[in-house]
Amino acid sequence: MLPSLRFDRVTKTFVHHTGPMLLRERLIEMMRPSRRPRFEALKDVSFELAPGESLGLIGANGAGKSTILNLATGLCLPDRGSITVNGRVTALLELGAGFHPDLTGAENVRVNAAMMGMTRRQSAERFETIVEFSGVREFINEPLRVYSSGMMVRLAFSVAVAADPEVLLIDEVIGVGDQVFYAKCLEKIRSFQNDGKTIVLASHSTELVAMLCQRALWIDRGQIVQQGTATDVVAAYRAAGP
Amino acid sequence: MSERHWGGDYVFLFENLILKDFRIRYRNMSLGILWSLINPLVMMTVLTFIFGRIFPRNDVHTQPFPVFILCGLVPFNFFVAALLTGATSIVDSAGLVKRVPVPREVVPIAAVLSNCVHLLIQIALLLLITVGFGLRPNRYWLWLPVIWALYVAFVCGLALGSSAINVYVRDTRYVLESFTTVLFWLVPIFYPFSIIPPKYVGIYQFNPVAALVMALRNILIDGIAPPMSLIVNLVLAASFTLSFGFLIFRRLKYRFYEHI
Repeated sequence: MLPSLRFDRVTKTFVHHTGPMLLRERLIEMMRPSRRPRFEALKDVSFELAPGESLGLIGANGAGKSTILNLATGLCLPDRGSITVNGRVTALLELGAGFHPDLTGAENVRVNAAMMGMTRRQSAERFETIVEFSGVREFINEPLRVYSSGMMVRLAFSVAVAADPEVLLIDEVIGVGDQVFYAKCLEKIRSFQNDGKTIVLASHSTELVAMLCQRALWIDRGQIVQQGTATDVVAAYRAAGP
Repeated sequence: MSERHWGGDYVFLFENLILKDFRIRYRNMSLGILWSLINPLVMMTVLTFIFGRIFPRNDVHTQPFPVFILCGLVPFNFFVAALLTGATSIVDSAGLVKRVPVPREVVPIAAVLSNCVHLLIQIALLLLITVGFGLRPNRYWLWLPVIWALYVAFVCGLALGSSAINVYVRDTRYVLESFTTVLFWLVPIFYPFSIIPPKYVGIYQFNPVAALVMALRNILIDGIAPPMSLIVNLVLAASFTLSFGFLIFRRLKYRFYEHI
Protein backbone atom coordinates (compact mmCIF):
# COMPACT_ATOMS: atom_id res chain seq x y z
CA MET A 1 0.00 0.00 0.00
CA LEU A 2 1.20 3.51 -0.79
CA PRO A 3 2.28 5.47 2.26
CA SER A 4 0.21 8.59 3.00
CA LEU A 5 3.21 10.62 3.96
CA ARG A 6 6.83 9.76 3.53
CA PHE A 7 9.93 11.77 4.45
CA ASP A 8 13.09 10.31 2.99
CA ARG A 9 16.33 11.71 4.48
CA VAL A 10 14.95 15.22 4.50
CA THR A 11 17.25 18.10 5.32
CA LYS A 12 16.05 21.68 5.47
CA THR A 13 18.26 24.67 6.12
CA PHE A 14 17.42 28.33 6.58
CA VAL A 15 19.66 31.33 6.23
CA HIS A 16 20.30 32.69 9.69
CA HIS A 17 19.45 36.28 9.03
CA THR A 18 18.33 37.35 5.60
CA GLY A 19 19.10 40.98 6.38
CA PRO A 20 17.50 44.03 4.79
CA MET A 21 16.31 43.10 1.37
CA LEU A 22 16.94 46.24 -0.59
CA LEU A 23 18.54 46.71 -3.94
CA ARG A 24 21.84 47.90 -2.48
CA GLU A 25 22.34 44.73 -0.44
CA ARG A 26 21.40 42.56 -3.39
CA LEU A 27 23.95 44.31 -5.61
CA ILE A 28 26.67 44.01 -2.98
CA GLU A 29 25.84 40.35 -2.62
CA MET A 30 26.09 39.85 -6.35
CA MET A 31 29.54 41.48 -6.49
CA ARG A 32 30.89 39.67 -3.48
CA PRO A 33 29.03 36.46 -2.94
CA SER A 34 29.45 35.63 0.71
CA ARG A 35 27.98 32.51 2.15
CA ARG A 36 25.71 33.49 4.94
CA PRO A 37 25.66 31.03 7.82
CA ARG A 38 22.86 28.53 7.41
CA PHE A 39 20.99 26.86 10.13
CA GLU A 40 19.80 23.28 9.85
CA ALA A 41 16.20 23.12 10.90
CA LEU A 42 15.94 19.47 9.94
CA LYS A 43 18.72 17.01 9.46
CA ASP A 44 18.29 13.70 7.72
CA VAL A 45 14.74 13.07 8.89
CA SER A 46 12.99 9.96 7.60
CA PHE A 47 9.63 8.49 8.51
CA GLU A 48 6.71 6.90 6.81
CA LEU A 49 3.02 6.88 7.64
CA ALA A 50 0.51 4.42 6.23
CA PRO A 51 -3.08 5.54 5.65
CA GLY A 52 -4.95 5.61 8.94
CA GLU A 53 -1.88 6.08 11.09
CA SER A 54 -1.47 9.04 13.43
CA LEU A 55 1.87 10.50 14.31
CA GLY A 56 2.59 12.81 17.22
CA LEU A 57 5.56 15.16 16.92
CA ILE A 58 7.14 16.05 20.24
CA GLY A 59 10.14 18.13 21.15
CA ALA A 60 11.14 21.51 22.56
CA ASN A 61 10.39 24.84 20.88
CA GLY A 62 12.48 25.25 17.76
CA ALA A 63 13.21 21.52 17.54
CA GLY A 64 11.78 21.31 14.02
CA LYS A 65 8.19 20.18 14.56
CA SER A 66 6.69 23.05 12.60
CA THR A 67 9.28 22.69 9.86
CA ILE A 68 8.15 19.09 9.35
CA LEU A 69 4.54 20.24 9.08
CA ASN A 70 5.39 23.11 6.72
CA LEU A 71 7.34 20.78 4.46
CA ALA A 72 4.55 18.21 4.53
CA THR A 73 2.06 20.93 3.61
CA GLY A 74 4.22 21.87 0.63
CA LEU A 75 4.83 25.47 1.75
CA CYS A 76 8.56 25.10 1.25
CA LEU A 77 10.85 22.54 -0.32
CA PRO A 78 13.59 20.50 1.35
CA ASP A 79 17.24 21.18 0.54
CA ARG A 80 17.92 17.47 0.34
CA GLY A 81 15.82 14.36 0.48
CA SER A 82 12.29 13.82 -0.74
CA ILE A 83 8.79 14.12 0.57
CA THR A 84 5.92 12.08 -0.83
CA VAL A 85 2.30 12.74 -0.05
CA ASN A 86 -0.61 10.69 -1.30
CA GLY A 87 -4.02 12.22 -0.92
CA ARG A 88 -5.44 15.63 -0.17
CA VAL A 89 -3.65 17.48 2.60
CA THR A 90 -5.21 20.03 4.90
CA ALA A 91 -3.16 21.89 7.45
CA LEU A 92 -4.04 23.83 10.57
CA LEU A 93 -0.74 25.55 11.14
CA GLU A 94 -1.50 28.78 12.85
CA LEU A 95 -4.39 30.41 14.53
CA GLY A 96 -6.47 32.07 11.83
CA ALA A 97 -4.02 31.54 8.96
CA GLY A 98 -5.61 32.90 5.81
CA PHE A 99 -8.36 34.64 7.80
CA HIS A 100 -8.90 38.36 7.51
CA PRO A 101 -10.01 40.42 10.53
CA ASP A 102 -12.26 42.75 8.50
CA LEU A 103 -14.30 39.96 6.96
CA THR A 104 -17.13 38.31 8.81
CA GLY A 105 -16.88 34.74 10.04
CA ALA A 106 -19.10 33.54 7.19
CA GLU A 107 -17.03 35.37 4.55
CA ASN A 108 -13.82 33.97 5.99
CA VAL A 109 -15.28 30.48 5.91
CA ARG A 110 -16.01 30.82 2.19
CA VAL A 111 -12.58 32.23 1.31
CA ASN A 112 -10.86 29.57 3.37
CA ALA A 113 -12.97 26.80 1.89
CA ALA A 114 -12.00 27.94 -1.61
CA MET A 115 -8.33 28.05 -0.66
CA MET A 116 -8.51 24.56 0.79
CA GLY A 117 -9.71 23.37 -2.56
CA MET A 118 -13.45 23.03 -2.01
CA THR A 119 -15.65 23.65 -5.03
CA ARG A 120 -18.50 26.14 -5.02
CA ARG A 121 -20.98 23.34 -4.48
CA GLN A 122 -19.06 21.64 -1.69
CA SER A 123 -18.58 24.95 0.06
CA ALA A 124 -22.30 25.73 -0.09
CA GLU A 125 -23.29 22.24 1.02
CA ARG A 126 -20.87 22.13 3.93
CA PHE A 127 -21.40 25.67 5.17
CA GLU A 128 -24.13 24.66 7.62
CA THR A 129 -22.04 21.79 9.00
CA ILE A 130 -19.07 24.11 9.46
CA VAL A 131 -21.08 26.72 11.34
CA GLU A 132 -22.81 24.07 13.41
CA PHE A 133 -19.57 22.34 14.35
CA SER A 134 -17.81 25.62 15.21
CA GLY A 135 -20.52 26.65 17.66
CA VAL A 136 -20.04 30.34 16.83
CA ARG A 137 -23.30 30.77 14.93
CA GLU A 138 -24.29 33.88 16.88
CA PHE A 139 -21.18 35.68 15.66
CA ILE A 140 -20.99 34.28 12.17
CA ASN A 141 -21.95 37.63 10.60
CA GLU A 142 -19.65 39.67 12.82
CA PRO A 143 -16.18 40.69 11.63
CA LEU A 144 -13.47 38.32 12.73
CA ARG A 145 -11.69 40.97 14.76
CA VAL A 146 -14.35 40.71 17.48
CA TYR A 147 -13.69 36.97 17.83
CA SER A 148 -11.70 35.60 20.74
CA SER A 149 -8.80 33.35 19.82
CA GLY A 150 -10.82 30.38 20.99
CA MET A 151 -13.66 31.27 18.63
CA MET A 152 -11.22 31.72 15.79
CA VAL A 153 -9.75 28.28 16.36
CA ARG A 154 -13.22 26.78 16.44
CA LEU A 155 -13.98 28.23 13.06
CA ALA A 156 -10.60 27.34 11.53
CA PHE A 157 -10.77 23.76 12.76
CA SER A 158 -14.31 23.39 11.48
CA VAL A 159 -13.36 24.50 7.97
CA ALA A 160 -10.26 22.31 7.91
CA VAL A 161 -12.13 19.15 8.83
CA ALA A 162 -14.95 20.02 6.42
CA ALA A 163 -12.36 20.01 3.61
CA ASP A 164 -12.41 16.24 4.14
CA PRO A 165 -8.65 15.73 3.89
CA GLU A 166 -6.92 12.40 3.58
CA VAL A 167 -3.98 13.80 5.51
CA LEU A 168 -4.60 16.28 8.32
CA LEU A 169 -1.70 18.24 9.77
CA ILE A 170 -2.28 20.05 13.05
CA ASP A 171 0.16 22.33 14.82
CA GLU A 172 -0.67 22.79 18.48
CA VAL A 173 -3.62 25.06 17.79
CA ILE A 174 -6.55 23.07 19.11
CA GLY A 175 -5.34 23.65 22.66
CA VAL A 176 -6.71 27.21 22.44
CA GLY A 177 -10.33 26.08 22.44
CA ASP A 178 -12.28 25.52 25.65
CA GLN A 179 -12.96 22.11 27.21
CA VAL A 180 -16.19 21.56 25.34
CA PHE A 181 -14.66 22.28 21.96
CA TYR A 182 -11.50 20.39 22.83
CA ALA A 183 -13.56 17.30 23.50
CA LYS A 184 -15.39 17.84 20.21
CA CYS A 185 -12.07 18.11 18.35
CA LEU A 186 -10.77 14.92 19.91
CA GLU A 187 -13.95 13.13 18.95
CA LYS A 188 -13.62 14.42 15.38
CA ILE A 189 -9.98 13.34 15.19
CA ARG A 190 -10.97 9.89 16.44
CA SER A 191 -13.63 9.57 13.78
CA PHE A 192 -11.04 10.63 11.18
CA GLN A 193 -8.78 7.88 12.43
CA ASN A 194 -11.60 5.37 12.15
CA ASP A 195 -12.17 6.50 8.57
CA GLY A 196 -8.58 5.63 7.77
CA LYS A 197 -7.27 9.18 7.51
CA THR A 198 -3.72 10.07 8.36
CA ILE A 199 -2.98 12.64 11.04
CA VAL A 200 0.19 14.40 12.08
CA LEU A 201 -0.06 16.37 15.29
CA ALA A 202 2.68 18.58 16.69
CA SER A 203 2.16 19.19 20.36
CA HIS A 204 3.83 20.03 23.61
CA SER A 205 1.25 17.99 25.37
CA THR A 206 2.64 14.48 25.73
CA GLU A 207 -0.69 13.43 27.24
CA LEU A 208 -2.48 14.43 24.05
CA VAL A 209 0.04 12.60 21.86
CA ALA A 210 -0.12 9.47 24.02
CA MET A 211 -3.89 9.56 23.97
CA LEU A 212 -4.48 10.26 20.27
CA CYS A 213 -1.57 8.88 18.29
CA GLN A 214 -0.35 5.37 17.71
CA ARG A 215 3.09 6.59 16.78
CA ALA A 216 5.32 9.41 17.90
CA LEU A 217 8.48 11.08 16.75
CA TRP A 218 10.71 12.89 19.21
CA ILE A 219 12.81 15.51 17.59
CA ASP A 220 15.58 17.65 19.03
CA ARG A 221 17.52 20.36 17.18
CA GLY A 222 16.39 19.05 13.82
CA GLN A 223 17.30 15.44 14.42
CA ILE A 224 15.19 12.47 15.31
CA VAL A 225 15.96 11.27 18.82
CA GLN A 226 13.51 8.42 18.80
CA GLN A 227 10.52 7.19 16.87
CA GLY A 228 8.19 4.34 17.60
CA THR A 229 4.92 3.71 19.34
CA ALA A 230 3.53 6.78 21.07
CA THR A 231 3.64 5.17 24.52
CA ASP A 232 7.35 4.28 24.21
CA VAL A 233 8.46 7.60 22.78
CA VAL A 234 6.42 9.65 25.25
CA ALA A 235 7.82 7.57 28.15
CA ALA A 236 11.39 8.10 26.93
CA TYR A 237 10.76 11.84 26.40
CA ARG A 238 9.35 12.21 29.90
CA ALA A 239 12.21 10.19 31.38
CA ALA A 240 14.74 12.49 29.69
CA GLY A 241 13.11 15.35 31.58
CA PRO A 242 12.64 18.90 30.37
CA MET B 1 11.60 20.39 -7.66
CA SER B 2 7.92 20.50 -8.23
CA GLU B 3 4.97 22.00 -6.49
CA ARG B 4 2.29 19.95 -4.85
CA HIS B 5 -0.80 19.50 -6.94
CA TRP B 6 -3.64 21.72 -5.76
CA GLY B 7 -6.89 20.04 -6.69
CA GLY B 8 -9.25 22.94 -6.10
CA ASP B 9 -11.61 25.05 -8.15
CA TYR B 10 -9.73 28.01 -9.64
CA VAL B 11 -12.80 29.97 -10.70
CA PHE B 12 -14.31 29.71 -7.22
CA LEU B 13 -10.99 30.64 -5.64
CA PHE B 14 -10.48 33.73 -7.81
CA GLU B 15 -14.05 34.80 -7.22
CA ASN B 16 -13.56 34.56 -3.47
CA LEU B 17 -10.22 36.36 -3.45
CA ILE B 18 -11.56 39.20 -5.60
CA LEU B 19 -14.66 39.51 -3.45
CA LYS B 20 -12.51 39.50 -0.32
CA ASP B 21 -10.36 42.32 -1.64
CA PHE B 22 -13.39 44.30 -2.67
CA ARG B 23 -15.08 43.92 0.71
CA ILE B 24 -11.99 44.85 2.67
CA ARG B 25 -11.42 47.92 0.58
CA TYR B 26 -14.94 49.29 0.69
CA ARG B 27 -16.33 48.18 4.01
CA ASN B 28 -14.91 51.14 5.86
CA MET B 29 -15.66 53.85 3.32
CA SER B 30 -18.84 55.84 3.51
CA LEU B 31 -18.81 56.68 -0.19
CA GLY B 32 -17.80 53.15 -1.12
CA ILE B 33 -17.71 52.49 -4.79
CA LEU B 34 -18.21 56.18 -5.66
CA TRP B 35 -14.50 56.69 -5.07
CA SER B 36 -13.85 54.79 -8.26
CA LEU B 37 -15.74 57.49 -10.14
CA ILE B 38 -14.59 60.59 -8.30
CA ASN B 39 -10.88 60.24 -9.02
CA PRO B 40 -11.12 59.97 -12.82
CA LEU B 41 -13.79 62.69 -12.95
CA VAL B 42 -11.60 65.11 -10.98
CA MET B 43 -8.58 64.33 -13.14
CA MET B 44 -10.65 64.64 -16.29
CA THR B 45 -11.93 68.06 -15.21
CA VAL B 46 -8.49 69.35 -14.26
CA LEU B 47 -6.82 68.13 -17.45
CA THR B 48 -9.69 69.42 -19.57
CA PHE B 49 -9.34 72.81 -17.95
CA ILE B 50 -5.54 72.98 -18.28
CA PHE B 51 -5.27 71.68 -21.82
CA GLY B 52 -8.60 72.98 -23.07
CA ARG B 53 -8.45 76.49 -21.60
CA ILE B 54 -4.90 77.27 -20.52
CA PHE B 55 -2.99 75.64 -23.38
CA PRO B 56 -5.68 75.24 -26.01
CA ARG B 57 -4.62 73.34 -29.09
CA ASN B 58 -6.49 73.68 -32.32
CA ASP B 59 -6.16 70.09 -33.43
CA VAL B 60 -7.84 68.63 -30.36
CA HIS B 61 -10.71 71.07 -30.30
CA THR B 62 -12.52 69.25 -32.98
CA GLN B 63 -13.22 66.35 -30.61
CA PRO B 64 -14.89 66.27 -27.18
CA PHE B 65 -11.88 66.87 -25.02
CA PRO B 66 -13.17 65.21 -21.80
CA VAL B 67 -13.76 61.95 -23.71
CA PHE B 68 -10.33 62.28 -25.27
CA ILE B 69 -8.73 62.71 -21.81
CA LEU B 70 -10.71 59.89 -20.23
CA CYS B 71 -9.60 57.49 -22.99
CA GLY B 72 -6.10 58.14 -21.72
CA LEU B 73 -6.79 58.26 -17.99
CA VAL B 74 -8.80 55.06 -17.56
CA PRO B 75 -6.13 52.75 -19.04
CA PHE B 76 -3.34 54.63 -17.27
CA ASN B 77 -5.02 54.60 -13.84
CA PHE B 78 -5.73 50.90 -14.12
CA PHE B 79 -2.16 50.21 -15.16
CA VAL B 80 -0.71 52.04 -12.16
CA ALA B 81 -3.11 50.63 -9.56
CA ALA B 82 -3.03 47.06 -10.83
CA LEU B 83 0.72 46.97 -11.32
CA LEU B 84 1.50 48.35 -7.86
CA THR B 85 -0.97 46.18 -5.95
CA GLY B 86 0.14 43.22 -8.06
CA ALA B 87 3.83 43.83 -7.43
CA THR B 88 3.43 43.99 -3.65
CA SER B 89 0.79 41.25 -3.49
CA ILE B 90 3.04 38.36 -2.49
CA VAL B 91 4.77 40.30 0.27
CA ASP B 92 1.45 41.76 1.43
CA SER B 93 -0.09 38.30 1.64
CA ALA B 94 2.73 36.86 3.70
CA GLY B 95 0.23 35.18 6.02
CA LEU B 96 -1.25 33.36 3.09
CA VAL B 97 1.96 32.49 1.29
CA LYS B 98 3.60 31.13 4.43
CA ARG B 99 0.64 29.27 5.84
CA VAL B 100 -1.79 28.19 3.16
CA PRO B 101 -0.79 25.79 0.37
CA VAL B 102 -2.66 27.65 -2.35
CA PRO B 103 -0.92 27.97 -5.74
CA ARG B 104 1.17 31.13 -5.45
CA GLU B 105 0.44 32.34 -8.99
CA VAL B 106 -3.10 33.01 -7.86
CA VAL B 107 -2.04 35.84 -5.55
CA PRO B 108 -0.72 38.47 -8.03
CA ILE B 109 -3.31 37.55 -10.65
CA ALA B 110 -6.12 37.97 -8.12
CA ALA B 111 -4.63 41.35 -7.15
CA VAL B 112 -4.82 42.53 -10.77
CA LEU B 113 -8.30 41.09 -11.28
CA SER B 114 -9.51 42.82 -8.11
CA ASN B 115 -8.64 46.10 -9.75
CA CYS B 116 -10.84 45.11 -12.67
CA VAL B 117 -13.87 45.80 -10.52
CA HIS B 118 -12.95 49.51 -10.47
CA LEU B 119 -11.92 49.27 -14.07
CA LEU B 120 -15.37 48.09 -15.12
CA ILE B 121 -16.95 50.99 -13.27
CA GLN B 122 -14.58 53.43 -14.93
CA ILE B 123 -15.19 51.93 -18.37
CA ALA B 124 -18.92 52.34 -17.76
CA LEU B 125 -18.26 55.98 -16.88
CA LEU B 126 -16.18 56.44 -20.02
CA LEU B 127 -18.89 54.96 -22.23
CA LEU B 128 -21.56 57.04 -20.51
CA ILE B 129 -19.60 60.25 -21.04
CA THR B 130 -18.88 59.25 -24.64
CA VAL B 131 -22.58 58.88 -25.33
CA GLY B 132 -23.26 62.02 -23.28
CA PHE B 133 -21.11 64.00 -25.71
CA GLY B 134 -23.23 62.83 -28.59
CA LEU B 135 -20.91 60.11 -29.88
CA ARG B 136 -23.07 57.15 -30.87
CA PRO B 137 -22.16 53.53 -30.14
CA ASN B 138 -20.90 51.86 -33.31
CA ARG B 139 -20.12 48.29 -34.29
CA TYR B 140 -16.43 48.80 -33.50
CA TRP B 141 -17.40 48.86 -29.82
CA LEU B 142 -17.26 45.08 -30.16
CA TRP B 143 -13.48 45.49 -30.17
CA LEU B 144 -13.58 46.89 -26.61
CA PRO B 145 -13.76 43.57 -24.69
CA VAL B 146 -10.96 42.18 -26.86
CA ILE B 147 -8.51 45.02 -26.36
CA TRP B 148 -9.28 45.31 -22.66
CA ALA B 149 -8.83 41.57 -22.12
CA LEU B 150 -5.44 41.71 -23.85
CA TYR B 151 -4.48 44.70 -21.74
CA VAL B 152 -5.48 42.99 -18.48
CA ALA B 153 -3.48 39.91 -19.52
CA PHE B 154 -0.49 42.16 -20.22
CA VAL B 155 -0.73 43.68 -16.72
CA CYS B 156 -1.15 40.20 -15.15
CA GLY B 157 2.13 39.17 -16.73
CA LEU B 158 3.91 42.24 -15.37
CA ALA B 159 2.40 41.68 -11.92
CA LEU B 160 3.52 38.03 -11.86
CA GLY B 161 7.13 38.91 -12.63
CA SER B 162 7.35 41.97 -10.42
CA SER B 163 5.62 40.36 -7.42
CA ALA B 164 8.19 37.56 -7.43
CA ILE B 165 11.12 39.97 -7.78
CA ASN B 166 9.69 42.18 -5.03
CA VAL B 167 10.06 39.32 -2.55
CA TYR B 168 13.82 39.34 -3.09
CA VAL B 169 14.40 43.03 -3.73
CA ARG B 170 11.92 45.00 -1.69
CA ASP B 171 12.47 48.33 -3.41
CA THR B 172 11.03 46.99 -6.67
CA ARG B 173 7.92 48.84 -5.59
CA TYR B 174 9.67 52.23 -5.61
CA VAL B 175 11.28 51.54 -8.95
CA LEU B 176 7.82 50.82 -10.35
CA GLU B 177 6.37 53.97 -8.76
CA SER B 178 8.98 56.16 -10.46
CA PHE B 179 8.43 54.28 -13.67
CA THR B 180 4.69 54.96 -13.65
CA THR B 181 5.34 58.67 -13.02
CA VAL B 182 7.47 58.78 -16.15
CA LEU B 183 4.90 56.74 -18.01
CA PHE B 184 2.22 59.37 -17.36
CA TRP B 185 4.09 61.70 -19.72
CA LEU B 186 4.99 59.01 -22.22
CA VAL B 187 1.41 57.96 -22.82
CA PRO B 188 -0.60 60.32 -24.99
CA ILE B 189 -3.11 61.12 -22.25
CA PHE B 190 -3.62 64.83 -22.83
CA TYR B 191 -2.13 65.16 -26.30
CA PRO B 192 -2.85 63.29 -29.52
CA PHE B 193 -0.43 60.80 -31.00
CA SER B 194 -0.35 62.87 -34.19
CA ILE B 195 1.67 65.73 -32.64
CA ILE B 196 4.61 63.46 -31.73
CA PRO B 197 7.67 64.28 -33.85
CA PRO B 198 8.57 61.33 -36.10
CA LYS B 199 11.93 60.72 -34.42
CA TYR B 200 10.22 59.95 -31.08
CA VAL B 201 7.47 57.80 -32.49
CA GLY B 202 9.40 54.66 -31.49
CA ILE B 203 8.87 55.40 -27.79
CA TYR B 204 5.13 55.23 -28.35
CA GLN B 205 4.88 52.56 -30.96
CA PHE B 206 5.95 49.71 -28.70
CA ASN B 207 4.18 50.97 -25.61
CA PRO B 208 1.12 48.78 -24.92
CA VAL B 209 -0.47 51.41 -22.65
CA ALA B 210 -0.28 53.95 -25.48
CA ALA B 211 -1.57 51.31 -27.90
CA LEU B 212 -4.71 50.80 -25.83
CA VAL B 213 -5.25 54.56 -25.47
CA MET B 214 -5.00 55.06 -29.22
CA ALA B 215 -7.23 52.09 -29.98
CA LEU B 216 -9.87 53.42 -27.55
CA ARG B 217 -9.83 56.82 -29.26
CA ASN B 218 -10.15 55.21 -32.67
CA ILE B 219 -13.18 53.26 -31.56
CA LEU B 220 -14.98 55.76 -29.34
CA ILE B 221 -14.14 59.12 -30.90
CA ASP B 222 -13.22 58.49 -34.54
CA GLY B 223 -15.70 55.64 -34.92
CA ILE B 224 -13.24 53.51 -36.86
CA ALA B 225 -11.73 50.08 -36.28
CA PRO B 226 -8.38 50.16 -34.46
CA PRO B 227 -5.53 49.52 -36.91
CA MET B 228 -4.13 45.99 -36.91
CA SER B 229 -0.73 47.30 -35.77
CA LEU B 230 -2.23 48.28 -32.38
CA ILE B 231 -3.94 44.92 -31.95
CA VAL B 232 -0.73 43.11 -32.81
CA ASN B 233 1.10 45.31 -30.32
CA LEU B 234 -1.32 44.32 -27.55
CA VAL B 235 -1.27 40.62 -28.46
CA LEU B 236 2.53 40.58 -28.44
CA ALA B 237 2.72 42.54 -25.18
CA ALA B 238 0.29 40.18 -23.45
CA SER B 239 1.98 37.00 -24.63
CA PHE B 240 5.43 38.35 -23.91
CA THR B 241 4.75 39.55 -20.35
CA LEU B 242 2.65 36.50 -19.49
CA SER B 243 5.27 34.02 -20.61
CA PHE B 244 8.13 35.90 -18.99
CA GLY B 245 6.07 36.62 -15.90
CA PHE B 246 5.26 32.94 -15.41
CA LEU B 247 8.86 31.98 -16.12
CA ILE B 248 10.28 34.38 -13.51
CA PHE B 249 7.59 33.46 -11.02
CA ARG B 250 8.17 29.73 -11.40
CA ARG B 251 11.86 30.14 -10.85
CA LEU B 252 11.52 32.31 -7.78
CA LYS B 253 8.46 30.93 -6.00
CA TYR B 254 10.20 28.03 -4.30
CA ARG B 255 12.11 30.38 -2.06
CA PHE B 256 9.24 32.73 -1.17
CA TYR B 257 8.80 30.96 2.15
CA GLU B 258 12.35 31.72 3.24
CA HIS B 259 12.35 35.33 2.08
CA ILE B 260 9.08 36.71 3.39
